[in-house]
Amino acid sequence: MNRQARAVATCAGLLAAGLFRLALAAGPVQAPVQVPDTLAQRLAPCTACHGVEGRSVGGAYVPRIAGKPAGYLFEQLLNFRDGRRHNATMAGLLDLLPDAYLREIAQHFSTLDFPHDRPAVPGAPPALLARGEALARRGDPARELPACAECHGAQLTGALPAMPGLLGLPRDYLLAQLGAWRTGARHAVAPDCMSEVARRLSPDDLLAVAAWLSAQAVPQPMRPAPPPDRPAPLRCGSAGHPR
Amino acid sequence: MSLHAVRHWKRGAAALLALAASLLLWALWRGDWTPAATDTAPGGAQAVERGARLAVAGNCAACHTARGGLPYAGGRGIATPFGTVYAGNLTPDDDTGIGRWTNADFWRALHHGRSRDGHRLIPAFPYPSFTQVTREDADALHAYLRSLPPVRQANRAHALRWPYGSPVALAVWRALYFRPGPEDITNTVDPNRGPEWNRGAYLVRGLGHCQACHGRRDLLGGLGDAAALEGGRLPQQGWYAPSLADPAEAGVMQWPADEVLRLLRTGTSTQGVAQGPMAEVVVRSTQHLPEADLRAIVAYLRSLPAPPPPPPAASKPQAASEAEQGPIRDRSAMARGERLYADHCRACHGDQGQGAPGIYPALAGSRMVTMDDPTNLLRVITQGGFAPATADNPRPYGMPPFDLPDADLAALTTWMRASWGHDAAPVSAAQVITTR
Repeated sequence: MNRQARAVATCAGLLAAGLFRLALAAGPVQAPVQVPDTLAQRLAPCTACHGVEGRSVGGAYVPRIAGKPAGYLFEQLLNFRDGRRHNATMAGLLDLLPDAYLREIAQHFSTLDFPHDRPAVPGAPPALLARGEALARRGDPARELPACAECHGAQLTGALPAMPGLLGLPRDYLLAQLGAWRTGARHAVAPDCMSEVARRLSPDDLLAVAAWLSAQAVPQPMRPAPPPDRPAPLRCGSAGHPR
Repeated sequence: MSLHAVRHWKRGAAALLALAASLLLWALWRGDWTPAATDTAPGGAQAVERGARLAVAGNCAACHTARGGLPYAGGRGIATPFGTVYAGNLTPDDDTGIGRWTNADFWRALHHGRSRDGHRLIPAFPYPSFTQVTREDADALHAYLRSLPPVRQANRAHALRWPYGSPVALAVWRALYFRPGPEDITNTVDPNRGPEWNRGAYLVRGLGHCQACHGRRDLLGGLGDAAALEGGRLPQQGWYAPSLADPAEAGVMQWPADEVLRLLRTGTSTQGVAQGPMAEVVVRSTQHLPEADLRAIVAYLRSLPAPPPPPPAASKPQAASEAEQGPIRDRSAMARGERLYADHCRACHGDQGQGAPGIYPALAGSRMVTMDDPTNLLRVITQGGFAPATADNPRPYGMPPFDLPDADLAALTTWMRASWGHDAAPVSAAQVITTR
């Protein structure tokens, strides 16, 4: 090897060593985290409390959302975003999301289907449960109080397109909602039929209905009933209202 | 001293006091005097269309629309350290909105901070910025608002603590902090800069009212130099608007121009994601701006001078010892922070805080993580949230809220601020409590 070639080889060696040292100094380059392009992955903020399968994991107050009619879920997302229902966490998360995405989110959770557990129920006196059952199944015509089953499906599993099921929900959540309807803390699009119903219920009625509903086994699979073929007993702004 | 002399002295003092008070009032009135404005001819359909774009640039609807309310009908409460200010109805309803306002009235509100009847407006309405807006733009905005469907919705009275909303307090505030901008905008053009920079300066300082959040306010809510954007606390909102003049906070002088543009247009960039109130600005305002205006804003922001470096640490003996050893971090808190990161954060943000570009922001090298003020970092962890939903990112990924105990939040953020080459001060549980 002549002198020139040796000089070139030395230079190349030095250069390679330098580059290697530089690469070491920069540290290992971390590959970006691989993220699945799925709605389930996008909706991690929802499932942290409402569960990966839409099954509530957030404690006694957080409702399950899996399998509820898409129309109902969409309506509730709008209500939280637009200030008709109040929950700081929900409002903070939904604040800037467009209708189209909310509709997709509602659709996603409405299609989830999995066996429901009955929520743990604190014991309730039989008389209270009997009163709750009577109100839920038959209502109280003397007080112009429609039965839950008239709108929420004969099985109380909800009805398409936008009537929520009432089974598989924690008693505390049911009580809080009925109370909020009564006091005006929870609203729906006018005419606000559920607010009207809750105002016709006495505080003891609320306790009875919530106790009985939360103690019922959940039919498997739990599916909302088809759209009702007769008019609702009260006019409702939210039920299946066109959007 | 005889009784008579005392009486005499008292009378003299009272007269002097009265004279001083009237002089003060006169000075306030002089400083606060607002010239009459005259109406200009209505601009027609073109002005309406231009006004619509300007209203988006100024993000007027964000404050002047209540949650779930009708656009521009007012009613949203703006929480301030002095109480809540309710934004007014900007629709052209005669009795409850601005239906009877001429464009001269509207100009006076924007330029002088005076309502149609002459009363001083609360500076939560950012007229210290809007006073930089040209008469032509103000007229176009007025024309656009006049074109909206009128909504009959009475304005809600402000809920300010005494004396902040009183005319005297406002007069004093204006005397201290408010100077109307030039009537002719050509006076503010910097001849040493190109038209793009000047357009950016006009948007940032004027209609964009960036200073309303990014300006540093004193105890009375006063702002300094109209061009200063050195970072402001938003205690009522629970956020910190980072400094746009500091590359260690939100300064973009070292970012590629395209990344700044991307952040303002899509809400995400390789350098970070718009969060909190800035997410709202991106969603409702900047994503809709014409490219030329965005480029102008970017050019202006990238030209902001960085602040002078802090004085050498040697002048402060305590700081010197800290500089040698680095901040003192509690070892058990660091171990706990590392564990919490592995449990809650690693799956999305990665082993090395590298994140997933465009989806989950990198935490390594993130200024939100290392900024002196940990407010936003704590807020994002406890509140979670989606990336801004924009036309380019209409189905954003999100982060769940993590409602961790104070000590855990302190440990986790302390660890993140000391990992991946970071060397930011630890966060104490007391700090966590004060930012909640």
